[in-house]
Amino acid sequence: MATQSNRLPGGGEIDRGKPLTFRFDDKTYTGFQGDTLASALLANNVKLVGRSFKYHRPRGVFSAGPEEPNALVHLRSGDRQEPNTRATMIELYDGLIAESQNRGKSLRNDPQRINNLFKAFLPAGFYYKTFMGPFRNTRLWMFIEGFIRKSAGMGAASGLPDPDHYDQMSRHCEILVIGGGPAGLMAAKSAAANGARVILVDDRADPGGQLRYEQYEIDGKKGLDWINETVAGLEAMDNVFILRRTTAFGYYDHNFIGCVERVCDHLPEPEGNKPRQRVWNLQAGHVVLATGSHEQPMVFGNNDLPGIMLAGAVRTYVNQYGVVPGKRAVVFTSCDDAYRTAIALHDAGTTVVALVDTRKLDSSYAQQLLDRKIRIINDSAIVSAQGNADGVTSVEVHSLSGGGAQRLDCDLVAMSNGWAPALHLFSQSGGKTAWDADRNIFVPGDSKQAECSVGAANGNFSLKTCLEEGSAAGAMAASSTGFNTAVQAVPAVSEIHESAYEPLWECPDPAKGHPKKFVDHQDDVAVSDIQLAYREGYISVEHLKRYTTLGMGTDQGKTSNVPGLAIMAEARGCSIPEAGHTTFRPPYTPVSMGALGGAETGEHYMPIRRTAIDSWHEEQGCKWIDAGIWRRPRYYPQSGETIRDAFIRETGMTRGSVGMCDVTTLGKIDLQGPDTAEFLERIYINHWMKLPVGKARYGMMLREDGIAYDDGVTSRMSENHFVMTTTTANAVKVMANLEFYLQVIWPELRVQVTSVTEQWSAIAVAGPNSRKVIQKIVDIDVSNEAFPFMGASGCVAAGIPGCRLFRISFSGELAFEINVPCDYARYVCEKIYEAGREFDIVPYGTETLGNMRIEKGHVAGPELDGRTTADDLGLGMMMSKKKEFVGKRLAYRDSMTGENRKKFVGFVPADGKTPLKAGAQIVVNENAAPPVEMIGHVTSTGYCVEHDHPIGLGLIRGGLDAWKDRVVYMSYPLRNIIVPMKVVSPVFVDPEGERLHG
Amino acid sequence: MSRYSALEVLKGGLTGQKHWQRAWRDPEPKQEYDAIIIGGGGHGLATAYYLAKLHGMSRIAVCEKGYLGGGNVGRNTTIVRSNYMLEDNAHFYEHGMKLWEELSQDINFNVMFSQRGIINLAHSDAQMDAFARRGNAMRLNGIDAELLTRDQVKEHLPMLDYSGKARFPVYGGLQQPRGGTARHDAVAWGYARAADMLGVDILQNCEVTGFDIHDGKVQGIQTTRGAIKSGKVGIAVAGNTSRVCALAGLNRLPIESHKLQAMVSEPLKPFIDTVCTFGAGHFYVSQSDKGGLVFGGDLDGYNSYAQRGNLPMVAHVLQCGMALMPAIGRIRLLRHWAGVMDMSMDGSPIISTTPVKGLYLNGGWCYGGFKATPASGWCFAHTVAQDRPHRLNEAFTLDRFERGYLIDEKGVGPIPALH
Repeated sequence: MATQSNRLPGGGEIDRGKPLTFRFDDKTYTGFQGDTLASALLANNVKLVGRSFKYHRPRGVFSAGPEEPNALVHLRSGDRQEPNTRATMIELYDGLIAESQNRGKSLRNDPQRINNLFKAFLPAGFYYKTFMGPFRNTRLWMFIEGFIRKSAGMGAASGLPDPDHYDQMSRHCEILVIGGGPAGLMAAKSAAANGARVILVDDRADPGGQLRYEQYEIDGKKGLDWINETVAGLEAMDNVFILRRTTAFGYYDHNFIGCVERVCDHLPEPEGNKPRQRVWNLQAGHVVLATGSHEQPMVFGNNDLPGIMLAGAVRTYVNQYGVVPGKRAVVFTSCDDAYRTAIALHDAGTTVVALVDTRKLDSSYAQQLLDRKIRIINDSAIVSAQGNADGVTSVEVHSLSGGGAQRLDCDLVAMSNGWAPALHLFSQSGGKTAWDADRNIFVPGDSKQAECSVGAANGNFSLKTCLEEGSAAGAMAASSTGFNTAVQAVPAVSEIHESAYEPLWECPDPAKGHPKKFVDHQDDVAVSDIQLAYREGYISVEHLKRYTTLGMGTDQGKTSNVPGLAIMAEARGCSIPEAGHTTFRPPYTPVSMGALGGAETGEHYMPIRRTAIDSWHEEQGCKWIDAGIWRRPRYYPQSGETIRDAFIRETGMTRGSVGMCDVTTLGKIDLQGPDTAEFLERIYINHWMKLPVGKARYGMMLREDGIAYDDGVTSRMSENHFVMTTTTANAVKVMANLEFYLQVIWPELRVQVTSVTEQWSAIAVAGPNSRKVIQKIVDIDVSNEAFPFMGASGCVAAGIPGCRLFRISFSGELAFEINVPCDYARYVCEKIYEAGREFDIVPYGTETLGNMRIEKGHVAGPELDGRTTADDLGLGMMMSKKKEFVGKRLAYRDSMTGENRKKFVGFVPADGKTPLKAGAQIVVNENAAPPVEMIGHVTSTGYCVEHDHPIGLGLIRGGLDAWKDRVVYMSYPLRNIIVPMKVVSPVFVDPEGERLHG
Repeated sequence: MSRYSALEVLKGGLTGQKHWQRAWRDPEPKQEYDAIIIGGGGHGLATAYYLAKLHGMSRIAVCEKGYLGGGNVGRNTTIVRSNYMLEDNAHFYEHGMKLWEELSQDINFNVMFSQRGIINLAHSDAQMDAFARRGNAMRLNGIDAELLTRDQVKEHLPMLDYSGKARFPVYGGLQQPRGGTARHDAVAWGYARAADMLGVDILQNCEVTGFDIHDGKVQGIQTTRGAIKSGKVGIAVAGNTSRVCALAGLNRLPIESHKLQAMVSEPLKPFIDTVCTFGAGHFYVSQSDKGGLVFGGDLDGYNSYAQRGNLPMVAHVLQCGMALMPAIGRIRLLRHWAGVMDMSMDGSPIISTTPVKGLYLNGGWCYGGFKATPASGWCFAHTVAQDRPHRLNEAFTLDRFERGYLIDEKGVGPIPALH
């Protein structure tokens, strides 16, 4: 087991008493409680952690935070493997397993590192210019693409179902503070002082931000102590809610913020019933953005070697984790901040070979370095680095004023080109960024939503300003949400006033050679690629991004966008704000899709809707089928029966004696009020005003464009009370439509509509013996005289009062439908079954229901496909000429009428035997080569039990008038089927309708 | 300007890639053109290209208010297919498919058209029947289609949920093997470069502010870069069709603007080798060559011109995604964005003359504009040049709604947001 050779004996926030074992690739290491995977790897002097996207160049840890472009690993294994996980954000746990990615068998001997040798031939966008081949097809490209796809990508997904579960929560507050650094903590403190509900979100295990790794004193205390006190104070308040390990990833409309809490990611696997992660949907009166800033790198030759890191990150590893990432360091900077890295490294015992400063000025920290005998090389820049997969070995330094080149041996370069405010959330909120020419940074400009930025996120990096801005913003936020202002006193801090930052966006080339200067380390975008983009006219920043892939890696360019656009601005000869920046898209850092999906997945994705009789069907041994989100009995097989056997038996038994079917899923809408008949008159194509009480009527409604929409039976229960049924599929939509018409179009109509689909169960009883069965159940006389076809009445059913009986038929048989309040549905169902036993009653499912309606030529979903008119379906006669109704105005347009439309007909196979198939097209010529003229299609198919042959329904151009008794071909080329069939009337049983009137 | 080829790239490798010139010029607007196309997106650029190439017009301008390819051509989910059922759509999109198959060679720009196939999943017998109807129509129209069984789907898509826990089990699917994906930006850039080489002036940062129309005939346009004369002006600005048309006095169009979200995951090694659509929710997925899983969502549900979406739709898409494909749980979403859709009343586009003589309209693409790019440009060029539609787009007229000639592939009717 490797020793932690880079670990300091003391210092940092790690617990040396709690060693943790972990594996990276094939080696086992130890780290300590409090480490990240990155800090633990650095402690063990592991420099090579990954390979870049394109050239497979060696990559080491680059940062200490969410901006990490390089140190991406497979975390965990098996079905928990997470690709592209940033080592800098993984809290170390005992037994952690991580693997490097985007490599061959071995990270060190990755065969694809050969790409690096050909990098001159693989510039940005080379693939747009080649691989087309001389032939006018896609074959060469698709052959090459196979290799490109395998080479591209970074990590690999396991392909196995994710074993963990996820959660979503919503919460409101007056003030949401994003970021728990000094500015955020002060903001939370003053915002909460007078009772406003405050939520503080921080992406680490513990808030504190920079105070966790900087060596400041606040109020005469160590920064860390001040944090702990402040956090404890906030936690003690009832109106403050702190979310740790939570990243605010997206800022949406109406101050809606998406956050993800990594509930159990710091553990080997989720404990107990906890979710792995939880998405928080937060909505706030006011948002304080204390999101900090990202340090920007220097752009010089081979600046991507392992061991070249952001200076702030190096300081973090030293101060927070007690790790020195090298023995001999060169610090390279254009600002004062990195001087503190030189000091920290020196004080930790590392040799600081030199600090190279691009500026001529003396830093405020210069004296502290001189005291430590650290050499400062002003007005100079590193122009190239040398090294190998094990890291940087030396750097070449040039004076920026010409002359003096020198080589410095080192194994660590800590670089800083200043800090860029993290504007992601601000920009997502709709706010426009502004360029601050004095400070050379983009800062938040005018706000669009109720938010403000504070501290480093606002471009103010000094601790004192962070605290002041935080305090003021918290108070302002409280007052803007109706609470008294309570600016908290800002504690005194130890801090040096830093001298001005003078960015150097691109270092000059070395005297010899042109090593690639990387801007985007993950995607291997170098300065030369940006210059190529410029030469080729991809000069808009959006073109630059899309052409070179700059900033399109998993880090979304947090350390590459600003240098990239600055280099493009330089090439164009325009200013940085003129060049502009690309859009900051959510999420701020990538969010697992499991978390975004939340808990409503698997069986909980659109939960199953069951009728009140569901358990009875189950006991009858039914086979189920999904009907939208309902489940319905499809058929009730007896032993050894196929589905075909079963529905033929059920059909025969029903038509021969009696059958029963659960039709609860049909939409049921209760309409009441004095204008209900008038309302129906406008909704349906047929007449309703004169429908007598106690009568049902079949109705059809159209869409506004005149196309058939939905059909069903509506009954008049009393003068001002109607009950409507709709198809199962359209139950919700029709209800919404009725509401729309009543609320928006005809608010003057006195009608109330209520969906009662859930309140009533419905059982159809059909067949010649149905009357005998029903008469045993209900308390009213159901003889043909007393209760003729289309009768509707209240009744007591099996002793249950308040039921309803309708004499309606979908099967074409003598039939009844009984509606029962849901709580009694199963009881009544059993009673009907018992009553029917002497007639061998059968329960039937959707298969038989469908077959019988096909035999009878009733239209249903496949015919009502959103393209057919009432006339197409043979229902044109129902359309009243005497009144207006929804869809009438448009129903008579030229193209929607006439003989050439496809009309509803029936089919029988010419040989009387071959089954027909729904989904087949109809052609005239059985041997024509494509394109073949299609004159219609088969919508529904079944088996006519009485006549003992297959049947079909469909639509054919010209309808029966043109085709009656003629032979056409059912063409199903997907299965190489072509069947001659005869066009017939769509009504196959009882065409005169004697049975249902009987 | 040099042709793109492997040899040129190799040559560049030896010379520091210094020999490449601008992919397109940055010209000053001329006073007058034979035709002006408004909109430097895929359709506008393709139109200009085909006008120049096939209709012998040499003085053509494309006016783009921002940077070319900044609209939906660079915001879509890159899917190319011609798996349509209705006759008018089938022939139009299949013509497009044939153009796609030769596009890289035709415009000398690798648009990376990858014919990896598209599979629409079915989750019920009724859905299988509906797909069969479509697939049979495709076959009879000469378009490739396969009806896959559940087992065949499993061979192509092993990462779907085939367990008993799947809420909507996979019954099978309809496959178009020639469908696939293309690199969306490359389509815009490739057409731009090819058009530019034929002399088309691409005017970026040139926003149209008005039309000069006299006696019902267009004479030219006003732009932020000055007035430009032309007797033929084509509008191809899907997403903003209503706004631009209003400038020409066409105030009532059968179009609503909605925003549609799309999203992409972190880059992964090959995970899914075809395009796949869920049949029981709003979810479809493919994988880009860079490795990102690309997902499309549904409309956010309110009319908007914003190119940004809200979180509920993202959550909804990933609920569907997790229901279908629980293996994506630990993959991370990298980026999500939105495009503004021209949603038409029947879900089909408009490529048409207008009541104003010399003014032509291309719009109403709903979700389907990207795959239509070549066919749309080809047909629109014909319409602009000949002042009448080609047989392939004669159904897609602006007046079809008055006539009741609906081309409603989904059958959901005159509610644009539902298409």
